[in-house]
Amino acid sequence: MKRFTQSGPMATGLAAAALTALPTLAFAQDAAPGFDEIGPYIMTTLLFCMAGFLVFFMAAGFAMLEGGLVRSKNVTMQMTKNIGLYSIAAIMYWLIGFNTMYPGDFNGFFAIGGQTVLDPVGVAAAAAALDYAPVGSDFFFQPVFVAATASIVSGALAERIHISPFLIFVFVLTGVMYPISGSWQWGGGWLSEMGFSDFAGSTVVHSVGGWAALAGAIVLGPRIGKYGKDGKVHPIPGSNLALATLGTFILWLGWFGFNGGSQLAMGTVGDVSDVSRIFANTNMAAAAGAVTALILTQAVYGKPDLTMVLNGALAGLVSITAEPLAPTLFGALWIGAIGGVIVVFTVPMLDKFKIDDVVGAIPVHLFAGIWGTIAVVFYNSDASLGTQLTGIVAYGVFTFVASLVVWFILKAVMGIRVGEEEEINGLDMSELGMEAYPEFSKG
Amino acid sequence: MKLIIAAIKPFKLEEVREALTSMGVRGMMVTEIKGFGSQSGHTEIYRGAEYAVNFVPKVKLELVVPASMADQVVETIAATAKTGKIGDGKIFVLDVGQAVRVRTGETNEDAL
Repeated sequence: MKRFTQSGPMATGLAAAALTALPTLAFAQDAAPGFDEIGPYIMTTLLFCMAGFLVFFMAAGFAMLEGGLVRSKNVTMQMTKNIGLYSIAAIMYWLIGFNTMYPGDFNGFFAIGGQTVLDPVGVAAAAAALDYAPVGSDFFFQPVFVAATASIVSGALAERIHISPFLIFVFVLTGVMYPISGSWQWGGGWLSEMGFSDFAGSTVVHSVGGWAALAGAIVLGPRIGKYGKDGKVHPIPGSNLALATLGTFILWLGWFGFNGGSQLAMGTVGDVSDVSRIFANTNMAAAAGAVTALILTQAVYGKPDLTMVLNGALAGLVSITAEPLAPTLFGALWIGAIGGVIVVFTVPMLDKFKIDDVVGAIPVHLFAGIWGTIAVVFYNSDASLGTQLTGIVAYGVFTFVASLVVWFILKAVMGIRVGEEEEINGLDMSELGMEAYPEFSKG
Repeated sequence: MKLIIAAIKPFKLEEVREALTSMGVRGMMVTEIKGFGSQSGHTEIYRGAEYAVNFVPKVKLELVVPASMADQVVETIAATAKTGKIGDGKIFVLDVGQAVRVRTGETNEDAL
């Protein structure tokens, strides 16, 4: 996703310049503008709106996936975190996030923006940013990406975190960290100037969420009972694998919007065809990731592991997210397949380091996100390995260090982990006083 | 009066209930339980880590019947719940000191 200009004063200026270049008849009061003048604007807006609500629905996907992989006694908490973080992300993005991420002209590293203002009601063609899309559609499309980043953190830290510090972290992540690092690439900052390529956010969204989750998991510590004194790993199975699977399919669906919408244009033959290419590649990568995980878990453990297959599909999706347009279908297949391989081997690896990631968010979003960013060089000749690695490291250092700082401050000021008894009885009762399955819960 | 407690395989419940009601039993209580006997546990793998599954799901029936009926009830359950494989379950018979029907206040054998 390459974006340098921002809707608003700058784009209106561009539209005005374009208008003076067009034949004056085009906007004469008695002739309606033709498709050539306003069609691309309308089609691109349509893409943003449709892709936006697809990505929005990923919030349901994350909620179901996480809810299904935690124990019954923690489901209400997980649901509350998910709806809470989504809503906070949407508000923070309006307040400062959107304009911080797309400041227009800036020093390339850092600019704090103000509140977002939409186009006026019933904006006339003459006043619209016809080379692009209305502020509303762009603004609607973006916060759903931020929310995805925050959701990644929610999954990894489940079952032992207090709700308040978590939501405060989300404020900081969505209002400050994500927009600043996002501006480096999609806001036209220093990384995009350098040629870093990340079409829909393997790094900007997924690895950022992964780094924040990793920092949190390290500071928070593992769940009680997960790791024995002798290094033995005690699995804590999820409460509802049907929900987890539903969540994965919803995420898969939403990803068509995530990747497809990142084309940012649908007003030409080339653009709309590209959107279809992106859909096809995205689907292929997910399928390849799932099948790879299915085969690998069968081979390594003797039986397929559904939760790994789900993670594999998602890792395939993350892997293709940095470049869903350029690869052939076969390219999407092997790129997604490697995402599946990464997940199967890094999930147990995290356990060896005693990093307790409840849903596999770090393998899926961080490790596959790094792979996806590197994989761009195979099919996109504009990208170079050196620049890709620079971007990966820059985002990594910034997000990981900033996250660690925030988590440590939160831990010192208010404490982030619930007490032992609360954790054993379940967060639903201790944090919220509300069971998810009051008639069936084992307590 | 006798209290009969039986742990059986879950899929046998309907068959056992059918057989008991046709021989005259007019009520029973059923709970879903987990347990183990000689059907020992096994290990499974979840996300790359092994864990032991020590308990197997079973269904527990509890019914109170007049002492004269007890032996026949035990035989019926044993015959219908049997598959011949490990894990078929167990049946226990206890004495009951008192019984009351809540709606009418009838006691002992009249309450059954």
